[in-house]
Amino acid sequence: MKHTIQCDIVSAQEEIFSGEATMIFATGSVGELGISPRHAPLITQLKPGPVRVQRPDGDEAFFFVGGGILEVMPHVVTVLADTAVRADDLDQAAAQRAKEEAERALQDRTGEVEVAEAQARLVEAVAQLRALEQLRKQVKRR
Amino acid sequence: MAGGKEITGKIRSIENTKKVTSALEMVSASKIRKSQDLMNATRPYTRMIRRVMGHLSKANPEFRHPFTVRREETKKVGYIIVSTDRGLCGGLNINLFKLVLASIQEWRGQGAEVSLVTLGKKASAFFKNINVEIAAHASNLGEKPQIEDLIGSIKVMLDAYREERIDLVYIVYNDFINTMSQRPRLEQLLPLPETDDEEVRDIWDYIYEPDAEALLDTVLVRYIEADVYHAVLENLASEHAARMIAMKNATDNAGDLIDELTLAYNKARQAAITQEISEIVGGAAAV
Repeated sequence: MKHTIQCDIVSAQEEIFSGEATMIFATGSVGELGISPRHAPLITQLKPGPVRVQRPDGDEAFFFVGGGILEVMPHVVTVLADTAVRADDLDQAAAQRAKEEAERALQDRTGEVEVAEAQARLVEAVAQLRALEQLRKQVKRR
Repeated sequence: MAGGKEITGKIRSIENTKKVTSALEMVSASKIRKSQDLMNATRPYTRMIRRVMGHLSKANPEFRHPFTVRREETKKVGYIIVSTDRGLCGGLNINLFKLVLASIQEWRGQGAEVSLVTLGKKASAFFKNINVEIAAHASNLGEKPQIEDLIGSIKVMLDAYREERIDLVYIVYNDFINTMSQRPRLEQLLPLPETDDEEVRDIWDYIYEPDAEALLDTVLVRYIEADVYHAVLENLASEHAARMIAMKNATDNAGDLIDELTLAYNKARQAAITQEISEIVGGAAAV
């Protein structure tokens, strides 16, 4: 019988940990969890907190997760960690900010200024090109 | 000597421009590598969350989450448009916007409304000038985009979808194929397209904490966020690649222009000398 279980901890931005473990501790949404090999299949939300992984050589690895999901399968424990602390009201605030950002972008009249500026620069560049062309013709005529 | 001074002035100014463009080219070349690394770092998460989604849907075949159900009628279409914050990257953004406009036109032709979420300054600057609703916007994502900065904009779309104000959501971004080519892509984000996962042999069920539906909801939201995040990174890598190519072309063109101008300058100089000599000779003959 195997006394270890594969443990993968990943976040959307990077792979955090992958290796064998004898025991894994985490804070589930309904309480502390200790997972040893041959644990029954389980899936749970995680609360923000530490995830502790005991390695076969006796070392312990600590990771802080801002929440996420933990899945226990017969051969593997997967932790899908959130990089940010998530809560409904926090998400709501972020959504509100994104909406306001859109309104600001719409009201922003700098758009017209940008276009006017770009047009002015284009006119200048065209004039320069024309001057160059004339210069070249002059040189050829000589 | 006519024209000589003007030409040297012009040459000097083009040389300065060339210095700037070749510096930008080198900066972009080094950034491509970094953004590719960021892109690859997201792969394990996507793979694992797909696996968890597969397990959950196999364990609960009777439960259909709204995100996976196709709606009968499409009254309003949402687009999440990933663009760059800065310009000087060739036709990258414009090609993407053309694709969006074509799709918008098509849906409007079928009588559907359109709502946009813009990521990056270029998209908001472009789409605010045409008559279209912008529901949310995020910019200044930087060289190392963070998921936190995207959550709000994505939630606006997801909420609208949940409340059935929107029936279909696309994500539009530039797919990084390699340094030389990037392809604008329009993909369906919601409802989630059917995926064929590997068959699960044993029939089993999980212990759920708290309950299956809430968990599935969380997993799906995370999945969509990871998808959008990945698109942002693809677009970032594309931006650097496109800028590198654009700046390389600009540097080459500046070189050509300098060559031509140098030739013109030398001709002008020679003409002036010839004229002077013939004047002296003519003068001497007259004396």
